Amino acid sequence: MASPLLRVESLSKRFGGVHAVENASFDLHEGEVLGLVGDNGAGKSTLIKIISGVLQPTSGKLYWKGEEAALSRVSDARNLGIETIYQDLALADNLGIAANVFLGREPARRALGFIPVLDRKLMDQRAEDVLARLQLRLGSMHTPVWSLSGGQRQSVAIGRAIFWDAELLIMDEPTAALGVYERATILKLIKQLKKQGMTIILISHNLYDIFETTDRIAVMQRGRIVGCLETASTTEDEVIHIMIGTEVQV
Amino acid sequence: MVSHDRRGEPEKSGVVLSERAYEDRPTLWKRLLNQWIFLVLLVFIAVFSVTAPGFLTVRNIRNIISYTSVPLLLALGQTFVIISGGIDLSVGAVLGFCGVSSALILKFVWAATGSVGFSIVVGSLSGMIIGTTLGAVSGTMIAKLKVPPFVVTLGMLGIARGCTYLLTSGRAIVGLPTELARVGNYRIWGAIPITLVIPLFLIGISLYLLNMTRLGRYTYAIGGSETAAIRAGIPVARYKILIYALSGFMASFAGLVTLARFGTGSPLAGLNSELDSIAAVVIGGASLMGGIGTIFGSVVGALIIGVLLVGLVLLNVEPYWQMVSVGAILIIAVFLDQVRHKDRVRT
Repeated sequence: MASPLLRVESLSKRFGGVHAVENASFDLHEGEVLGLVGDNGAGKSTLIKIISGVLQPTSGKLYWKGEEAALSRVSDARNLGIETIYQDLALADNLGIAANVFLGREPARRALGFIPVLDRKLMDQRAEDVLARLQLRLGSMHTPVWSLSGGQRQSVAIGRAIFWDAELLIMDEPTAALGVYERATILKLIKQLKKQGMTIILISHNLYDIFETTDRIAVMQRGRIVGCLETASTTEDEVIHIMIGTEVQV
Repeated sequence: MVSHDRRGEPEKSGVVLSERAYEDRPTLWKRLLNQWIFLVLLVFIAVFSVTAPGFLTVRNIRNIISYTSVPLLLALGQTFVIISGGIDLSVGAVLGFCGVSSALILKFVWAATGSVGFSIVVGSLSGMIIGTTLGAVSGTMIAKLKVPPFVVTLGMLGIARGCTYLLTSGRAIVGLPTELARVGNYRIWGAIPITLVIPLFLIGISLYLLNMTRLGRYTYAIGGSETAAIRAGIPVARYKILIYALSGFMASFAGLVTLARFGTGSPLAGLNSELDSIAAVVIGGASLMGGIGTIFGSVVGALIIGVLLVGLVLLNVEPYWQMVSVGAILIIAVFLDQVRHKDRVRT
């Protein structure tokens, strides 16, 4: 079998005396959707921050497509194709959809042959294309993001991430702030991405979301990965049991 | 139409996120509110045209343009600062400092070389460099040391104004070449004052920077959500420094315009101008919360201030009432801004 897209090998992160992540290991294969669950403070956020280059591990290694990867900043992870969608989305809500998709990476052209200007037309078109790929219709690309609903904002954030040829998408609680209907739509979107072959790490408190979308579930407890289960052959009860129980061997 | 509240329920049974009512998002009411300030300008012009004798004469329009040019130039830089979520209280003091230091350098170079043209060029360029540097210094303290813009630029106000008095012992710098005032009051083809051409040129530059470049895009982004800007990999600190440097540059230009118009370097130049510049920008629809504002709005805001000043003078009202009215309009504008944007979701 080909080497996994991402291999996490005995990763640890200590903050002072606290082991936020301890000896965490897992493999993630291309096209796989991995759910990451655990109680508050179990170390999920710290773990994904290491994978997305925000934090550096105290010890342990990351392998990307079989090669060791040192992620000392966010752009290192991004250059590999790891895009993270944070819970607070990090959209500039006064800017339009296209402006947000391209934020920080705007294409420029030369007007009159020498004056550098932002290429708005190109940005509008490409943003529209990427949303079409997600089968989203959000109206004008200039609609300020603050006037969109929570689910639509989430879609813009997802659109931005996949636009930049993400190979691994990390989603931190994508449905946390959404209503019932919008949550269903985002879950649909995640399934669609999966169908398109996207590799995803999904963090959620909501086991329904996890069971609806993932192939495998990694359960964290006090910094450790205490269980890795096939979604198809486990139950919510079992996952909860591992989440809250003391050391359980699987 | 529907008497009970249906929000929170999905509209129809569609599965695609959309069909939300954003097409009619800027309602007529809101659009009017967005343009109301242009109407206010027209109303002011109409009222003064009727009540103030000689308001609509060529000479008086030239007056308005020349009184508007300084607040306008300051407002251009201030627009960037306010959109980025900051504020620059030092523009008036930087204007004054650049004016007198340009005058001193000009005088020195003139005495040393005897060349009027050369000394004017050197004096002007030094003024621009000094203003831009002062802005960049403020920007650095704001971006790198994380001192709030209000505090940094208030401190800079004191420093720059104090240094202006120290440099001049509080007296105006006189004995500058008469050619300077000739430049400052020059009319192209005998009709178009230079105090119109320079602002128009800088309005063009500002429009370009704010709407067509990364600097402008990031100014909006930083004001909208600094977290988003940082996460998007934008070098926020560098752009903040640039924004305050731009404001300093505009202030130095305003100082040069003032210097050239009067032909003397007054240490009092630009006193209270920060009020005018902030008022112009906010009257023009910018939000002090950041993220919102336009060059067009700020230009209209500055014109309102100029029209008020000249109109009140023509009406024989004490000119100090202009400050009172600008202050009042500023407060009203901020109030309306809050009303307009209270439904805006901030993250």
